[in-house]
Amino acid sequence: MKLDVNSNGYTFIFAAVLVILVAAMLSIAATSLKTKQDMNVEMEKKQNILMSLGMTVTRDEAEELYGSIIQEEIVLLNGVPQEGGVGAFEIDMAEELKKGVSERNLPLYVASFEGTTSYIVPLRGKGLWGPIWGYVALEADLSTVKGATFGHKTETPGLGAEISTPIFQDQFAQKRIMEDGKFVSIEVRKGDANGDHQVNGISGGTITSVGVDDMLKDCLKGYTSYFDLKKGEQKAVEEPVLEETIPQDSTSVVDEKLAIL
Amino acid sequence: MSEVKTEVEKKVSEPLFSKKNRQLMSSPLNDDNPITVQVLGICSALAITVKLEPAIVMSLSVLFVLAAGNVIISLMRNLIPSRIRIIVQLVVVASLVILVDQVLKAYVYDVSKQLSVFVGLIITNCIIMGRFEAFALGNTPWKSFLDGIGNALGYGWILIAVAFFRELLGSGTLFNVQIIPLSWYINPQTGEGFYANNGMMLLPPMALITVGIIIWIQRSRNTKLIENA
Repeated sequence: MKLDVNSNGYTFIFAAVLVILVAAMLSIAATSLKTKQDMNVEMEKKQNILMSLGMTVTRDEAEELYGSIIQEEIVLLNGVPQEGGVGAFEIDMAEELKKGVSERNLPLYVASFEGTTSYIVPLRGKGLWGPIWGYVALEADLSTVKGATFGHKTETPGLGAEISTPIFQDQFAQKRIMEDGKFVSIEVRKGDANGDHQVNGISGGTITSVGVDDMLKDCLKGYTSYFDLKKGEQKAVEEPVLEETIPQDSTSVVDEKLAIL
Repeated sequence: MSEVKTEVEKKVSEPLFSKKNRQLMSSPLNDDNPITVQVLGICSALAITVKLEPAIVMSLSVLFVLAAGNVIISLMRNLIPSRIRIIVQLVVVASLVILVDQVLKAYVYDVSKQLSVFVGLIITNCIIMGRFEAFALGNTPWKSFLDGIGNALGYGWILIAVAFFRELLGSGTLFNVQIIPLSWYINPQTGEGFYANNGMMLLPPMALITVGIIIWIQRSRNTKLIENA
């Protein structure tokens, strides 16, 4: 008897077998390639962090250099470094930004590069079509920007996507995020940027530029209380007399951490 | 899809590269081009032709998916229940595309980042479903393979041609290498220079217009395509 390919029973069996086969094949492919894919993502993150310091590194070099340049990865909760718990590198900024400001775990990378210490703050925000992100490296004064790098998922090429080009990123060097001890961020403006707190946006990429502006404000703000503490500490080192005046209650953990630095 | 005429399978055995088989590969390049004549796969032609590099990778991905999919569908053509054939075609093309996407992510991460969502969009590329339905379901695997290669090449060359003009005129570069001399550009400070990139070229409408111009040139030169009014 010839097989009736149009009977109901055959149709069901055919569909079921096909789906199971395909599912099995795809799961095998996905699991076997997973480690390699994760490694690419991790290496890219390391590359981006290093690039914010103004280095040019390929993704393959990043792995090795990261270990020697990044001295410490700190996780801040309410401006206080956390012991143990999640590693700074594993934190998913997209998830953290969904939480309330006081519940966010904020990663901070401390780098030692060309003889100076830099603090690298990860950023994450919204562009026109999808997420945008970046890293800002601050010099030891915790205000002057050493360098910045931005990335995006699906911004328009030639317009919003220009945020990831040197033309845009290089503007950030030597800008300052603080003024007289107050946080003012860096404004991404439509033309005529001047002074220490402004950069030019991308023409034709207004919404992405505004996204970068918001991202800088939102993400950097969370670090200011820690930066203040840190600066107090720096001052204390310069003028040892003041050391005793630092309040001891909530900052004891910070002090321990800073002692290691 | 329905407008594409179904070719009937030949029973006689013929050499691998007979005239007819060669035609399967050559006619989609011009007379039966999937983009300019059949007007399929336009969406991706608009989306990923801003730069040459992603256009080429997209063409190669489509080449793989279309050739492999055509062969798979052709091998199963006598087993597929006709009532669920479209779903079966979708399953085949979707799994091939996911496979391509996973491999790109693991081995050519930079390229996969550039293509991002567009790899997934190969699934919705009408050329693929169109060829499965119109050709692979009724022809032997070898012929289907040639047909797949031919159509993917026909799609690819249009994509690359459009990307060439869009990247050159829109960004002044080719393969991200600056082609238009930087000294030509109008300098906002000094007012020197006479050239500016055409930002419009970067946006989808200009891709459509570029494809339109290619169709115009092709139709005016190829007498087979001139329709009687």
